[in-house]
Amino acid sequence: MSWFKARWVFSGRVLRVAAYPRRCSSSGRDFYDVVISGGGMVGTAMACALGYDPHFSNMRILLLEAGHKKVIDQLPQGYSNRVSAITPGSTALLNRFGAWDHVCNMRVKPFRRMQVWDGCSDAMITFDKEGLEDMGYIVENDVIAAALTRQLEALPKQVEVFYRCRAVGYTWPRPYHIAEANPWVQIELADGRSIQTKLLIGADGQNSIVRAAAYIQNIQWNYDQVALVATLHLSEATENNVAWQRFLPSGPIALLPLSDTCSSLVWSTSTGHAAELLSMDDERFVDTVNSAFWSNDSHSEFIDSAGSLFQSAISLLMPSGYSARQLPPSVAKVDPKSRAMFPLGMGHATEYIRHRVALIGDAAHRVHPLAGQGVNMGFGDVATLSHCLSQVAFIGKDLGSIRHLLAYETERQRHNLMLMAAIDLLKRLYSTKEAPFVLLRTLGLQATNLFSPVKEQIMTFASN
Amino acid sequence: MQLPVSVGNKAKMLLCRRGWGTGERKLWGCWWSTVVGKVNPRGFKGSCNRTVLLKSDSRTFSPLSTLMSNKCTVKWLHTTAHTVDPKEMGKFKMWAQKWWDEEGVYSALHAMNDIRVPFIRDTLINRVGDHETGSPLAGVTLLDVGCGGGLLSEPLGRLGAVVTGIDPLEDNIKTAQLHKSFDPVLDKLIQYKTSTLEEIVADTAEAFTAVVASEVVEHVADVESFIKCCYRVLKPGGSLFITTINKTTMSYALGIVVAEKIMGIVPDGTHDWEKFISPEELERLLESNGFVMETLNGMLYNPLSGSWRWMENTSLNYAVHAVKVIPPKESSSSESASEQRQKQPETSTSTAL
Repeated sequence: MSWFKARWVFSGRVLRVAAYPRRCSSSGRDFYDVVISGGGMVGTAMACALGYDPHFSNMRILLLEAGHKKVIDQLPQGYSNRVSAITPGSTALLNRFGAWDHVCNMRVKPFRRMQVWDGCSDAMITFDKEGLEDMGYIVENDVIAAALTRQLEALPKQVEVFYRCRAVGYTWPRPYHIAEANPWVQIELADGRSIQTKLLIGADGQNSIVRAAAYIQNIQWNYDQVALVATLHLSEATENNVAWQRFLPSGPIALLPLSDTCSSLVWSTSTGHAAELLSMDDERFVDTVNSAFWSNDSHSEFIDSAGSLFQSAISLLMPSGYSARQLPPSVAKVDPKSRAMFPLGMGHATEYIRHRVALIGDAAHRVHPLAGQGVNMGFGDVATLSHCLSQVAFIGKDLGSIRHLLAYETERQRHNLMLMAAIDLLKRLYSTKEAPFVLLRTLGLQATNLFSPVKEQIMTFASN
Repeated sequence: MQLPVSVGNKAKMLLCRRGWGTGERKLWGCWWSTVVGKVNPRGFKGSCNRTVLLKSDSRTFSPLSTLMSNKCTVKWLHTTAHTVDPKEMGKFKMWAQKWWDEEGVYSALHAMNDIRVPFIRDTLINRVGDHETGSPLAGVTLLDVGCGGGLLSEPLGRLGAVVTGIDPLEDNIKTAQLHKSFDPVLDKLIQYKTSTLEEIVADTAEAFTAVVASEVVEHVADVESFIKCCYRVLKPGGSLFITTINKTTMSYALGIVVAEKIMGIVPDGTHDWEKFISPEELERLLESNGFVMETLNGMLYNPLSGSWRWMENTSLNYAVHAVKVIPPKESSSSESASEQRQKQPETSTSTAL
């Protein structure tokens, strides 16, 4: 759900990209081994991952952040409406440099089960791990940012951070060294300073300036959908360790646990409907949410009977395959002022790397939140890129060396593209009420639910 | 009846010029070992896995690897008195600008860093013991002989070594000098000098903890005097690293005949097969000049992936680590050499592989 991340505002200034950069002597003061542009969750995690790497202990890393420093001295009573579902793969990364402990000390809610079901039929799929281990964690984005910032503060030697700082111009080097040309990326900052770096990492979100300045093509489209978020209070305290998601014809609605009594709502729907939901009074809003999870208005008799026939046929063959259907908790009230909405879309950079440039997180890929993968894909980028750079540093190679950056790009695109294609397909498949598609997805979902090796494959892939 | 004989003689004369006359049987032996994957037992003290070699891609790729390796063995050393003739200088001069193009003529040499830097790094770390994690080679003074554009000097400098790079070709040194000048850290750690090894011997006696001669000795006419010079500039107990091409039929047939004469991948005359040296010969020269050879590893280039890897077979490219023995107090030199050699085998294989 990284679309929640604060976006960079591109002021529309012309980015200067000189073909023949002038020679600057690198004095050392303004010279950094790595510059990370964008101090969101992914950018800060990148700075931590490199800063805590022993092979980087003598290097200089700079993090540029347009916003102010994100610290939490006192955890607020109420929950933030911006939350992320963090996979075990992401927690492993955060654990590597000690940020996960801070998260746990602040606020985190594990979930042990996921139930996804169709708004137009009884088809459903459940995911859980053997022995009901934690499948993932719902964490407020502010908490993750604060934990990362705290870990970064412990590294004053390796990592410098410029807050409220914007780059206004990038000068790229030629692909390889030619005579007098400066081989580094030169960055001009809004305050007039000029810095140089061996490697610029663009972590500046879906409207990445680094991506635009490097002329990296971005394939994108909008879904004509927005996500409405809110913090909800449940009617009664429960274990609340299930992440619920129902595919309504207007878009998926998800209820993610925050505590025994609170859950976070992420409802993707049409812009008009979301505006309506936003302006409703609290009581009506709660009723609408409850009926969105409970109502069977979109069911058709034909699909229902076809589905149950298929279900009973399969349970004859695989009597053990049936998993019990649970009912989501009912919502009692909504946190005042917690309702907000964000536009949704999909985007993918055709290249993640250029000579001395790498893109990570939303700068490289933006997805629909239905699978809760946005920030996890970003953390996956961080894990892979930091691993590549660590190897590069340990063999004394130039950090901007394209051979190793290519390894990062190949590995991540292979993973991200598959995930994005699956998410986009799901989104499209569930956006319709047409009977053939509903039947197809109903039978497909039921079959998948019964076939546990496939489910395990899906879980493994999505939790890395 | 006369004809075939005379043809045979002519052919033999032709071959003799290329060095087939001497040690013919040995060459065929080497060729055979390449083909059937028999390992030269000398270099490897670890488990000698014949099946791995047999099914490995060494047979498929070794021809290509020689071929590609020739592309990268253009570093050479010219010394005033004993080594290659000056006309070779001009041949390489035109490439001086292209050193830092990762995808250009020197791409295989760039790729070789991925294995030769860890080889040098780990060997030196093991010899020193404790080290600083961020700069594992801190405290090492290193001489890069035939440094070319500084392709190997820079990574070693980044790992913390104080590097002196020498090359007889001024254009190379200019390229290297300029390239490192942009990096404030390397600028302090690396010094380049247009010079031959012989010219600096007097000023730098016992000055270095390590000497690296990567892809150089195949261009040196008098390897023995080269090794003697290395000995003089090394501190006692210091390390000498050499990577080069073996003198086998395979390296002749593919490195010179195919790469130079037929396919023209490498300009005609880049290499003189006569100057290639076998690991056995190199070891003999090293050990008779005060070194103990500790590690010998084969290297294989995969042109499809553009990467190098270690292999047990040394019939194409290989890397050597030798240590300068503390000057013998008469009589005991050979004993101490063999003694030290027995002590080291485990570390040497683990270091390299």
